[in-house]
Amino acid sequence: MTARQVGSSAEDGAPPGRRAHGDLQELFDETIARDQRIEPRDWMPDGYRKTLIRQVAQHAHSEIIGMQPEGEWITRAPSLRRKAILFAKVQDEAGHGLYLYSAAETLGADRADLTQRLIEGRQKYSSIFNYPTPTFADVGVIGWLVDGAAICNQVPLCRSSYGPYARAMVRICKEESFHQRQGYELLMTMMRGTGAQREMVQDAVNRWWWPSLMMFGPPDEDSPNSARSMAWKIKRHSNDELRQRFVDMTVPQAEKLGVTLPDPELRWNEERGRYDFGTPDWAELKRVISGDGPCNAERVARRRAAHEEGVWVREAAAAHAAKRAARQRKGVAA
Amino acid sequence: MTVTVHTAAALALGDDALVLSHRLGEWSGHAPVLEEEVALANIALDLLGQARILLSMAGDEDELAYLREERAFRNLQLVEQPNGDFAHTIARQLYFSTYQRLLYAHLAAGEGEFAGLAAKAVKEVAYHQDHAEQWTLRLGDGTEVSHERMQRGCDALWRFTGEMFEPVEGVDVDWAELKEAWRESVGGLLRRATLEVPEGPQSGAWTAGAGRQGLHTEPFGRMLAEMQHLHRSHPGASW
Repeated sequence: MTARQVGSSAEDGAPPGRRAHGDLQELFDETIARDQRIEPRDWMPDGYRKTLIRQVAQHAHSEIIGMQPEGEWITRAPSLRRKAILFAKVQDEAGHGLYLYSAAETLGADRADLTQRLIEGRQKYSSIFNYPTPTFADVGVIGWLVDGAAICNQVPLCRSSYGPYARAMVRICKEESFHQRQGYELLMTMMRGTGAQREMVQDAVNRWWWPSLMMFGPPDEDSPNSARSMAWKIKRHSNDELRQRFVDMTVPQAEKLGVTLPDPELRWNEERGRYDFGTPDWAELKRVISGDGPCNAERVARRRAAHEEGVWVREAAAAHAAKRAARQRKGVAA
Repeated sequence: MTVTVHTAAALALGDDALVLSHRLGEWSGHAPVLEEEVALANIALDLLGQARILLSMAGDEDELAYLREERAFRNLQLVEQPNGDFAHTIARQLYFSTYQRLLYAHLAAGEGEFAGLAAKAVKEVAYHQDHAEQWTLRLGDGTEVSHERMQRGCDALWRFTGEMFEPVEGVDVDWAELKEAWRESVGGLLRRATLEVPEGPQSGAWTAGAGRQGLHTEPFGRMLAEMQHLHRSHPGASW
């Protein structure tokens, strides 16, 4: 019997409490052990639910805040083709945010409440979006490195133990890898262009490399939630393992592009068959996560402003829907 | 660039789409709900796609978008108007998408050089018009605050609506008939939304149709400065 069947039998009218908590826990553990999916109506431990709400919501917030650094360039994109690509990408990100908020709502969270938590700074979003985009090359580097890191993180999440999250990730990963190729292609075009364009790319790579490595979170020995998330198969690999995969994937791409990565310790390790690399500035990551990065204040302020300035619009939509429903009821009654 | 009847018409229609798309892009990250982030970007992307086809009929799309100065743009003054609040943006969308749908439906039915483009675009524009109409209804017949804001947006933009029906050389349509159909569609919708149909002149900032001659309102220059600066800073570069 799967955990899902337990959930439905309770709905079919089985007296509450007939199954002892221990049985439910056992079924849950078995489902996880068999690599089966937990679905919204299944019993799950409180800790599992809470951890997932936190992770999925922060993932959703990251998509929404992540619209800002690139959205900055929509009105300044230097060709109509690039402008169209940016529009499509930022639109996709809003869509990803919507999928993820829906996934969070299957856990009993409420989107309006999550939004409130975001704009009050009570829930976080990816540290990376607190870095500014001063040049157009940043748009390409975000596609290549930031989306690249996101893909390393997210592809394993397509097998996450929570069904709605895993399914959202399948859709998101397809679109993300498309964005990543487009970002890389922009950089390729710029590297084949003028000297000023090549400098712009290198400068952007220098600024984004370390923050991209920090997207995988703190080192394993300093990541308290990781072990539990891995035991629950919410997460499939450790931060350090994913970071290593990202480096191994990215270094050859940098070579092909003709840029250097700003790490003097970066070199191929024959024995390990992987790249060795330097240590990110973990103190910087802590500062950024705790709200003191270059753009934290602006990012949250922008989100808050959009939310507050939109109150009257949302109220109008609700009032109109209520009037419509009332008219319909009257029509039916008449 | 040799301006033929063909290029003049392609520029007029293309510039409308390009400039309105740009204005909608300014909403990115500012929309009142996430669904509108998606919708406004979607509409902007459709318009940008139309602009690229139309400008390519007139020459090189990037040269035309990024290297012309204000006086050489042929768009309506309506589409260059700043976004204002959400109601102001929706009023602009309502006026323009209704016009564009009627015009493109007509062009799609004909055999002129814009028939192919119009046939494809009219499907997108039907969606844009539906979006604008639904929001006009929600805001007009929503709360007192939204009603007032929607009325204000409709009133403020009304004077820019006359220029839509000034003939564009090379666009084969009965402009008086188009205007009649537009007034009927917009008027009916505004009344359904419990709004007053504005009564003021439809004369534009200079005279009706001035935008088509390259005479624009003041905010337009600033919009172009932002749009063009990076392209102009790197002459000859490819992106």
